[in-house]
Amino acid sequence: MGIVENYLNIGIKSIFVDNMIFAYFLGMCSYLAVSKKIGTAVGLGMAVTFVLLITVPLNWLAYNFIIKEGALSWLNTLGVSTNFADFSGVNLEVLKFIIFIAVVAAFVQLTEMVVEKLSPALYNALGIFLPLIAVNCSILGAALFLPGKEFAFGESVVYGLGSGIGWFLAVVALAAIREKLSYSNVPKGLRGLGITFITVGLMAFAFLSFIGFKLPFGE
Amino acid sequence: MSTETQAVEVEVKEREPLFSKKNRKLISNPLDADNPITVQVLGVCSALAVTVKLIPTLYMCISVLFVMIFSNVAISLLRNVIPGRIRIIVQLLVVASLVAVVDQVLQAFAYDVSKQLSVFVGLIITNCIIMGRLEAFALANKPGPAFLDGLGNGLGYAVILIPVAFFRELFGSGSLFGFNVLGENYPGNGVMMSPVGACIVLGLLIWFQRSRNGYTEEA
Repeated sequence: MGIVENYLNIGIKSIFVDNMIFAYFLGMCSYLAVSKKIGTAVGLGMAVTFVLLITVPLNWLAYNFIIKEGALSWLNTLGVSTNFADFSGVNLEVLKFIIFIAVVAAFVQLTEMVVEKLSPALYNALGIFLPLIAVNCSILGAALFLPGKEFAFGESVVYGLGSGIGWFLAVVALAAIREKLSYSNVPKGLRGLGITFITVGLMAFAFLSFIGFKLPFGE
Repeated sequence: MSTETQAVEVEVKEREPLFSKKNRKLISNPLDADNPITVQVLGVCSALAVTVKLIPTLYMCISVLFVMIFSNVAISLLRNVIPGRIRIIVQLLVVASLVAVVDQVLQAFAYDVSKQLSVFVGLIITNCIIMGRLEAFALANKPGPAFLDGLGNGLGYAVILIPVAFFRELFGSGSLFGFNVLGENYPGNGVMMSPVGACIVLGLLIWFQRSRNGYTEEA
């Protein structure tokens, strides 16, 4: 299997089979909050995709060069003498939550400031969503899935992008359905949140059919 | 996501008793009329993802309660020294440290459960209930009320999760707390175990709760 096929497989798998919303419910809070209008849904979807695309590889680097057992041994090859400190046995798994969330929060804050300075138009479109994203579970969730997946660096880039596109698709699709739903006569207590959950459930039903889906480019 | 700052200004004239009427409301409101999941729509990700079985759900509720109370108290103590612009990062770091403690304890004393909950222990960090309460309550109130608010919202979370897990385990695998209830011949119901069941059970639960307390929202 060539490298391109491998990337395509990871992309397709992360968009459809392991969809952040329908398979893992990650990022549900902002998903439910912004899916009333297609316009805002597109804005937040794009912001999430962008942040996932950057932070997943960043967290991959953090995991493989700082956190993982023996990951710090590059300090020894850089010249820190083993007599002074042997880093090959250091395991910082305990700190992984703090490091991952610090990377995400710092990146989001930085992006917000850069975008605000450089492109006011983009800031108006995406900026208001950026603070929401630091606490979007899908960003931290994607980082926390990384240790179990044992990706190479390139694969983690594709995985971040694919997860973002999957989230984007899910939020835009729900927003489209909710715009139509607002014209229908829903029972009183079910109005709003209740019917939205049932809609998401039925959409997840459709996505269940991707489980066991044979990837098009071989294993 | 309703994160309007609840200006619950607790004016201390003499010394307000901890369980005054106003403070009792801090606990009772989140249980029903102002429930974090079904009314404020926060912390939905984990509510859907961990509720396949009752036992992991109980562990999850206790973990969230612990993190909720202590982060609320910690942020409330720090509220006058945190600079406004970086408050989200400070909050995330406090929560992440508490979650790291919870994760280590779970791995040491309840390894199986910690495996089942997988990334969702880490995702308590981005659980919007916690961030929402820190922003809306702890930053503006004294530690005493913040403690009660954390307790109330943690219990409000459990009040929804446990029924959802009850129905999902009962109909999904015919058991409760791992004990077989519906008999050996019950074939199990894959839909209840999957994301679909979670959304639909939660939707119906919201319907039930709202038709009882009369809360409606404009669709």
